[in-house]
Amino acid sequence: MKNQNLYNYIISIADNSLILAQRLGELCGHGPTLETDIAGTNISLDLIGQTRNYYQYAAKIQGEGKTEDDLAFLRLEREYKNVLLVEQPNDHFGYVMGRQYLFDVFHLLFMTEMLNSKDETLAAIAKKGIKEVSYHKRFSGDWIKRLGDGTEESNAKMQEAIDDLWVYTDELFDITEADAAMISEGIGVDTSKFKELYYTEILALLTEANLTIPESKYFTRGGKKGIHSEHMGYILSDLQYMQRTYPNMEW
Amino acid sequence: MSKNWPLWEIFVRSKNGLEHRHFGSLHASDAEMALENARDVYTRRSEGVSIWVVESSNITASNPENNGELFEPAQDKVYRHPTFYDLPDEVKHM
Amino acid sequence: MSNEQIKNLEEIFEARIARDEKIEPKDWMPEKYRKTHIRQMSQHAHSEIIGMLPEGNWITRAPSLRRKAALLAKVQDEAGHGLYLYSACETLGVSRDELYEQLHTGKAKYSSIFNYPTVTWADMGAIGWLVDGAAIINQVPLCNTSFGPYARAMVRVCKEESFHQRQGFEIMLKLCNGTQEQKDMAQDALNRWWWPSLMMLGPTDAESIHTEQSMKWKLKRKSNDDLRQQFIDQTVPQAELLGLTIPDPDLKWNDEKGVYDFGEIDWDEFWQVVKGHGPCNKKRMKDRVSAWDNGKWVRDAAMAHAEKKEAKKLKEAI
Ligand SMILES: [Fe+2]
Ligand SMILES: [Fe+2]
Ligand SMILES: [Fe+2]
Repeated sequence: MKNQNLYNYIISIADNSLILAQRLGELCGHGPTLETDIAGTNISLDLIGQTRNYYQYAAKIQGEGKTEDDLAFLRLEREYKNVLLVEQPNDHFGYVMGRQYLFDVFHLLFMTEMLNSKDETLAAIAKKGIKEVSYHKRFSGDWIKRLGDGTEESNAKMQEAIDDLWVYTDELFDITEADAAMISEGIGVDTSKFKELYYTEILALLTEANLTIPESKYFTRGGKKGIHSEHMGYILSDLQYMQRTYPNMEW
Repeated sequence: MSKNWPLWEIFVRSKNGLEHRHFGSLHASDAEMALENARDVYTRRSEGVSIWVVESSNITASNPENNGELFEPAQDKVYRHPTFYDLPDEVKHM
Repeated sequence: MSNEQIKNLEEIFEARIARDEKIEPKDWMPEKYRKTHIRQMSQHAHSEIIGMLPEGNWITRAPSLRRKAALLAKVQDEAGHGLYLYSACETLGVSRDELYEQLHTGKAKYSSIFNYPTVTWADMGAIGWLVDGAAIINQVPLCNTSFGPYARAMVRVCKEESFHQRQGFEIMLKLCNGTQEQKDMAQDALNRWWWPSLMMLGPTDAESIHTEQSMKWKLKRKSNDDLRQQFIDQTVPQAELLGLTIPDPDLKWNDEKGVYDFGEIDWDEFWQVVKGHGPCNKKRMKDRVSAWDNGKWVRDAAMAHAEKKEAKKLKEAI
């Protein structure tokens, strides 16, 4: 492939949206109210829309005649490059909103930078995505405030989720080889530019929500290199079930 | 002790130039959530450009039992309608 | 109010409906009208949200991104339908929480069809095509029902339903144009969903209790048997188009009557499922109850937060 770095770069962004959408998809019909089910589904649908644009573009760059679905459904676990954060399970609603918010803040900053990408397709995806992601962040941020401030029980649960998810935040800013190459070409987003902003923004919201940032400075990473948590295999078992059981068919 | 989320009435303007119209209702714990929920529930198919939310308990409705005294007296005031007035056909633009 | 006065009001009320006037929530209405409406609208609402579960079961396993998005959007619509219908009930002074309580304690019924399992991807096709198809036949006449909030909810629901059946049929079509395995999957789904779909249109007229009153109030425009016939007549040609066989050896065109004759429905099975002994009754109820119970702390937190915010605003104002 002529453009291996660009391909790898797009795949890693796309996989974040795909796996997060998949996690949200598990919840449809199981949320605390009908209204939250409908909202969560909307977020999931936005993310699926983004992944389709990314995978279609990646398939084109790859030039092997593959489709969006080949890329979404038929890779090995090691070839998925999403961050560990998005694959974390829906233990309870606090985890769902915590995971969402910690990703949304990053996602919006990322998209805002990607708007300036020299790659027109990526810039166009960002232009559309920014509006979606802004809403996601508002939605998840509002929920964190409600849960953090609400009752003693909800505060403890929300804090538990933040404590557990916190260790996955630093990986969002890891720069892989493909990332570095794309940044130097003016195509990729230099995430180091807004790392401080990311943590400042989150600290402000968590503080407003009566929540604290965990003390620990140890972070867990690996997803961006394809080394995933134990959850990933199960996610892929569902995601790939049809494609693996009935290969080479159209649906 | 748990308290249910109150009911909100949702009004949506379909496009600029049109009035907000009652679309339905939903539950939310506060006005911000009501707006967010309304966006997700009632404008999924681009049905709106503006949303109003009003807590249902804040609406005072007329009582249909009083419909007679409220609305019937207007019925015989036909002189409020243009068709009440006889004009010759030759009069144009009126 | 004296009995005489009530009788008088009832006559005026029935005359209004006969004139095709709509009844609005604050209008005087016979107690029976109110109760019947709460029962039918809430059963309908329960069916929509229980209906999310068998299809929700396949969201994570949908075979393509396009299908995944369509299925998510469809299941989401069903949540919306439940919401619109619960709201219509609430105009009659019963809260959604009370209705949930009735559902969760088994006092309220929902459509039995959702007590069957979704075991293959083709079930997503069969449900959209047959179950949503049957639902549309049931629901379109309700857009003109006498109770205003119900009629308005149904207008919105029917508008949204139109894509549901089409996406289901498209899934079937794709399978039927696919490999032998896919065709078999489609046929198997039709075999399993056909009879439950026919049952979904309700017991035979002879056994249906509420029909006459419901017809008067426009809660029903056609009898169950007529609806069933309509469903069969419109679906058989669609099955032929797919190249699938309807699992009924007695099904054949009756030239004289201009409709399809069909075999006997196993009503024992129907009543068994209604009474709670279908393959998934317990699972569906458990899923609903646990979603509700697990969500309690979330709902409470949101309410507590709203109250604190309100109190703070008040304090600042003083
Ligand atoms: Fe339905
Ligand atoms: Fe529906
Ligand atoms: Fe439907």
